[in-house]
Amino acid sequence: MRHADLTILVIDENAIRSSIIEEGLREAGHLKVTVIHEMNGVARIIETLKPDVIIIDLENPGRDMMEHLFQLTRTVSRPIAMFVDRSDTASIEAAVDAGVSAYIVDGLRKERVKPILDMAVSRFNAFSRLQRELAEARSALEERKVVERAKGIMMKMRGLSEEEAFTLLRQTAMNEKKKIADIAQSVVTAAGLLT
Amino acid sequence: MTTTLISPGAASAAPGAALVAPARGAKSEGARVLRAGFIPLVDASVLIAAAEFGFAAREGLALDLVRDVSWANVRDRLAFRQFDIAHMLSPMPVASMLGLGSNPSPTITPFSLGRGGNAITLSTRLFARMRDAGAPEGADALAHARVLRRVLDGMRDAGEAPPTFGMTYPFSSHNYEFRYWLAAGGIDPDRDVKLVVVPPPLTSDALAAGAIDGFCVGAPWNMVASERGVGRIVAAKQDIWPSAPEKVIGMRPDWAESHSETVSRLLVALDAAARWCDRGENHDELATLLAQPNYIAAPVDIIRRVLAGEFSLDDTGERRVIPDYFTFHGGFANYPRPSHALWTYSQMLRWGQAEWSPVLAEKALSAYRPDLYRAALGTGPADADLRAEGTSFGDRFMDGFTFDPQAVPDYVAAFPVRYEQVAGSLSDDA
Repeated sequence: MRHADLTILVIDENAIRSSIIEEGLREAGHLKVTVIHEMNGVARIIETLKPDVIIIDLENPGRDMMEHLFQLTRTVSRPIAMFVDRSDTASIEAAVDAGVSAYIVDGLRKERVKPILDMAVSRFNAFSRLQRELAEARSALEERKVVERAKGIMMKMRGLSEEEAFTLLRQTAMNEKKKIADIAQSVVTAAGLLT
Repeated sequence: MTTTLISPGAASAAPGAALVAPARGAKSEGARVLRAGFIPLVDASVLIAAAEFGFAAREGLALDLVRDVSWANVRDRLAFRQFDIAHMLSPMPVASMLGLGSNPSPTITPFSLGRGGNAITLSTRLFARMRDAGAPEGADALAHARVLRRVLDGMRDAGEAPPTFGMTYPFSSHNYEFRYWLAAGGIDPDRDVKLVVVPPPLTSDALAAGAIDGFCVGAPWNMVASERGVGRIVAAKQDIWPSAPEKVIGMRPDWAESHSETVSRLLVALDAAARWCDRGENHDELATLLAQPNYIAAPVDIIRRVLAGEFSLDDTGERRVIPDYFTFHGGFANYPRPSHALWTYSQMLRWGQAEWSPVLAEKALSAYRPDLYRAALGTGPADADLRAEGTSFGDRFMDGFTFDPQAVPDYVAAFPVRYEQVAGSLSDDA
C-alpha cells in the first residue's frame, strides 16, 4: 500500500482551516480524505469509512466522544482500535502546541503518519498566524474609524481644524499614557452622552 | 483578592490557542510556576482557590491555570508536558496505569479534590412518564431507578427506541455512577439504554434539544438544567455512594519524583485551600470567583446554592437539601485512598473495560499515592488504606453491597447486572 492509499478523516469545526488541511493532504498525494465539521453521526462515519488516520482540532470538545467510541467498540465484534499518535515526542508536542491531534489505527507504521502530522501542524500554525494578523488588521481599522469620528466631533464642537483635533488627541493620549484610540473612544462616548 | 503571580486572566479561554511549554530553569527543581489544566466544574474549586486566594503563593508557587474543553486534551497535555499537573477524573490515572484509552501515559494522584458534586438528571418528558408509571412523590434514587425500569419495559413493548443518556468520559465517576444507578434498578446500561458522551457545559442544551434524555455530570450543570425547566434531578452522588471518588490532581510519576519538594509545597497549598473551601463563610467569595467567564461561566446564584447543597430538583420549586453535597476537605476527603483505586478497577471489570488479574490490580493501586500525601502533610486517616467500603452508617452503596478490596473478583461477580463476558474472565483467574 502506497502512502497515498491511506484513508484520512479530518474533524474540524472551522471550515476554512479544515479546507487548508484538506488541500495540504491532496497536495501530498492523499486522495481518500473526508472532512467533517461536526460530531453528529461521527460514530457511523468512522465505522463505514474505517480511517487509518483521524486528524482532530483540540478546541473540539467532541474528542471525549471519540474516546468513548473507541472504548465502546472494544465490546463489539469489529473493534476500532485507534491511538493518539506517539511517533516522537517533539513532533507530538509541536502538534499539541498548534492545537491539533491525530489518532492512528493500530498497526500503522509511524513513519507513514509523521509527514501527515507535520503538515497538519504547519498548516494549523499558519492558520493561527493568519487569524492573528486578520484580527490585528481589523482592530487597526476600527481604531482608525473611531479616531476619525472623534476628530469630526471635536472639529464641530470646538471649531478646530482636522490637524488641530488630531494634535489634541495625540497630546492628551501622551499625557494620560493611553492609546489615541482610547482617548478617541472616550470623546465619542462623551459626545453621545452630552448631545 | 489575589496574591498569586499569575493574573486570573491567565486562565486561557481558548484552549486551542498556541501554548508555549513552561520555562524550566536549570536549578534543582526548575521554575516554581506550575501549569495546571482544568475543566469548568465546581470540583476544580480547591485548585482555583489555591491559585487565586494566595495559598499557592504562600508556598512559593504560582499556578498558571489553563481551562480546557475535553478530558482527552487534559490527559494528552499532561502526558506531552504542556501541563505539570491537572484536574482529572479519578478513574483517569487508574486507566492510564492499566494502559486503557487512546493515549495511556503513566499518571499518578497524590491528592483528591474532595467528595460529592455529581447528580443524575432526566428530561422532564421522561420524568413525566415515570410519574405516569407510578413514581411516588419524593421517591428516592433507588425507587426512581426501579420506576425507570418499568418505563423502559413499556417503551420496548411499544417498539419505541431506548432513551439516550449522556455522561462525560468512558473513565469517569459519571460513567460508573450512572451505570451503578441504572443497574441497581435492574437496567442494563449496555442493552437497555444508549450511553453517549456529552461535554459537561453542553449537557443542559443537549437535554433541551432532545438529543439526550438524561445525563450524569458534575455541578453546576444539573442545576443549570433543572432551573431551566428542561430536567428533573433524580439522584445525587450521595444517594449512590457518599464516599465515591471524584476528581483528583494528576501528575506524571517521573515529574513527581524529580520535583518532590515542589509536590510537597503543592500539597500543602492545596490542603490549605481545601480547608478554606470547606468553610461556609467563604462560599460567597468562592462562588463569585467560580462564576467568572474564565472559570465556570455559570450564574453565581446557582453556584452559591450548589455549594450549599440546596437543590432545585425541577423548575416547579421542588427542593432538596444535601448538607454534604460538596466536601472539599473534612474527613480526609483529600486522601488518595487506595481502596478507591481498586473500587474504580472493579467497575472497569464490571463493565468490560478491563480484565481481572492480580498484576493489573497492583497497577491500578499504583495510580494512587498516599505516601506522597503523608510525606507532605504528615497526617492521614487512621484506618487501613485497603479498607472495606460501604460498611459504615451514612456511607452505604444504594444497593446495599459492600466492597471488600481483598475480594475484587467476587465483588464484581455478585452484581446481577454487569457486562456478560466478565464472569468468564473472573472465574478463570480468580
